[in-house]
Amino acid sequence: MKKITNALELRQVQDDLQKTYDPNKQMVTICAGTGCRGYGCIKVKDALEAEISRQNINVEVRATGCFGFCEKGPLVVVHPQKIFYQRVGEKDVADIVTRTVMQGEVVEKLFYRDPATSETVMKEEDVPFYKKQQRLVFGSNGIIDPTRIESYIAIGGYSALAKALSEMSPEGIINEVKKASLRGRGGGGFMAGTKWEGCRKAHGSPKYIIANGDEGDPGAYMDRSLMEGNPHSIVEGMIIGAYAIGASQGYIYVRNEYPLAVVHLSMAIESAREAGLLGKNILGSDFSFDIAINKGGGAFVCGESSALFASIEGRAGEPRAKYVHAVEKGLWDKPTVLNNVETWANVPLIINKGADWYASIGTEKSKGTKIFSLVGKINNTGLVEVPMGMKLREIIYDIGGGIPNGRKFKAVQTGGPSGGCIPESLLDLPVDFDKLYEVGSMMGSGGMIVMDDRSCMVDVAKYFLAFLQEESCGKCVPCREGVRRMREILEDICAGKGTEGDIELLEKISQGIADGSLCALGGSAPNPVLSTIKYFRDEYDAHIKDHRCPAGVCKALITYSIDPEKCTGCGMCIKVCPTQATSGEKKKAHTIDDKKCTRCGACIESCKFDAINVK
Amino acid sequence: MTKASNIASTTKNIVKKHGGDKSALIAVLQDIQETFNYLPKDALKAAGKYMGIPFSRVYEVATFYNAFSLKPRGEHIVKICMGTACHVRGAASIQDKMERTLCIKPGETTSDNKFSLETVNCVGACALGPVVVIDTEYHGQMTMNKVDKVIGKLKAEGAQS
Repeated sequence: MKKITNALELRQVQDDLQKTYDPNKQMVTICAGTGCRGYGCIKVKDALEAEISRQNINVEVRATGCFGFCEKGPLVVVHPQKIFYQRVGEKDVADIVTRTVMQGEVVEKLFYRDPATSETVMKEEDVPFYKKQQRLVFGSNGIIDPTRIESYIAIGGYSALAKALSEMSPEGIINEVKKASLRGRGGGGFMAGTKWEGCRKAHGSPKYIIANGDEGDPGAYMDRSLMEGNPHSIVEGMIIGAYAIGASQGYIYVRNEYPLAVVHLSMAIESAREAGLLGKNILGSDFSFDIAINKGGGAFVCGESSALFASIEGRAGEPRAKYVHAVEKGLWDKPTVLNNVETWANVPLIINKGADWYASIGTEKSKGTKIFSLVGKINNTGLVEVPMGMKLREIIYDIGGGIPNGRKFKAVQTGGPSGGCIPESLLDLPVDFDKLYEVGSMMGSGGMIVMDDRSCMVDVAKYFLAFLQEESCGKCVPCREGVRRMREILEDICAGKGTEGDIELLEKISQGIADGSLCALGGSAPNPVLSTIKYFRDEYDAHIKDHRCPAGVCKALITYSIDPEKCTGCGMCIKVCPTQATSGEKKKAHTIDDKKCTRCGACIESCKFDAINVK
Repeated sequence: MTKASNIASTTKNIVKKHGGDKSALIAVLQDIQETFNYLPKDALKAAGKYMGIPFSRVYEVATFYNAFSLKPRGEHIVKICMGTACHVRGAASIQDKMERTLCIKPGETTSDNKFSLETVNCVGACALGPVVVIDTEYHGQMTMNKVDKVIGKLKAEGAQS
């Protein structure tokens, strides 16, 4: 792409590109996010292209970022009618091209079927999963080709940057972001505008801008999908931020596990540079700024600001005490603004549409929308973007479609390892930064892991502590030793060796860790334990006093048996059992020898008749 | 050229590519691992020498980050996702099964150097959970039965070649 030298020229380029990227022209988009790639969407894309060229028609096949409805991938949309096909395989390609693309007919078997009404849905926007969403930040993911800057510019991309540079002063931008009350999407929920203002006023140069893409919370992947599917929105947000605070260098810190995000971000940076939107004299102004990518090394603690700085500086990612805030002394002890990827992607929206519009969405103290990753025991796994303040119940049932296999909802875990588990009684809680904090959890980066009655809350607490113990950098004692001790206690409880007083001891150690740890990883480490004790104490008591795991998860406290009424004597469980614990004659009910059984679950998975009981 | 000097000269080129700046240490180690599939001791020593960083600090960084391995890894890297979504969908039993099938624990490599087993906190493909990533390929909705199939297929591929 040739260099764009001013805002007017950008408008001209946009007008030209809109003809090529006309949303009303015939086109087939296919989701090429990591989830759909796991389902084999690249093969479907290749097949679509091959079929279209075989039929000799001129229709673009565009591999886009994640559409969000990961449960039903691979996803295909035929434009301009926006016909939505799900679970598309290579075998369906000929039908899609011949019938839908060429003849305008629909292939009904590929439609989404509403499990509640059994009715099929033709258009993407009518699918219940999408209906209640407000996809401001995430919406473009499904339409642009993330590897082509033209595709982003055609939908109005970089016009916020042009507006900022040509019509707004740095202070004006900061005021706008402050007025919009944009809060950091990475977990803390700190006011982005306040941070920017602090950094602009701080002495010292150069100043740095960093996008935190070290999405470490297990079960959260919205940052990944943004980096993969709409990298330019992050780059644009960062350039505007850099102009506002007076930074000349930026970094995007990407998690080691996200190779595709690195590829797409690198392409975005390269092409933005070529187009004169990044580098020296951006859009012909005297403002210069550039961005480099840093790949993380797979350490959760590097999501913490001072650990992240250490990692960019090439050192082990150990947090330091923050007597002086990062906006004054951050990366290389220079004034630094660190914001999460999703926060940066919100910035162009605020500049384009104004703070008043932005602040009209959401709750009193949490403005705008938030992308959540709705995962775990939920029918419609995927990424959902909703206005702040939507009730948990609406997100889980109306959008998420409820719990699979007719099981009962037990809890939803938010905020990653620093968050907590929220019980059914709080399902009408409006979700925003403060409300989640009030009930003992937090927003985190937006993971929502749904659990049903087969999830053991003590096991979940143990899982998070095992995670945190592994990820603790080991610098300060309360976190390093305290988390280990708590994990041991929870392991004992799950093994049936819990004793009276364990819960009180856990609470006491929690207090010590929260008070004495240097960084947020340690400070919030007890949350998963405290919130499960608070809301699910009866499960702890069942483990400790009755040596029973009500959810049937903790291996030492459960037994497997075969229901003779249901067992047909097919022999599958005998075939798969690694310890020869199952036995019996053909066509007669089998039995399990409890002494040999290791509760590995192989027999449950293999039994077609649901004959294995867990108690 | 001896093996050690070969490693040292390759490392020198990697350091050069990154401009020799001390802050590039992690990126240099990432490239070394990509080249050799692990971090050989000679490469760590060479990286320290050419970047002007004490070996002790190179070692500190190499052992701090989970992505680095100081031991040679197998031909196929099997990563089991241990994210929360995968956990509640039974990742632990997939891990048990994988350990039984490969006869190794996470962090180990099979004696024929064919497979290394690793666990990873979350690969961000929660709809596919439980997920196992082998090399660059994602295997979703894993079951114990699928573990046998996937590993069996890879073993058979090796036997043919």
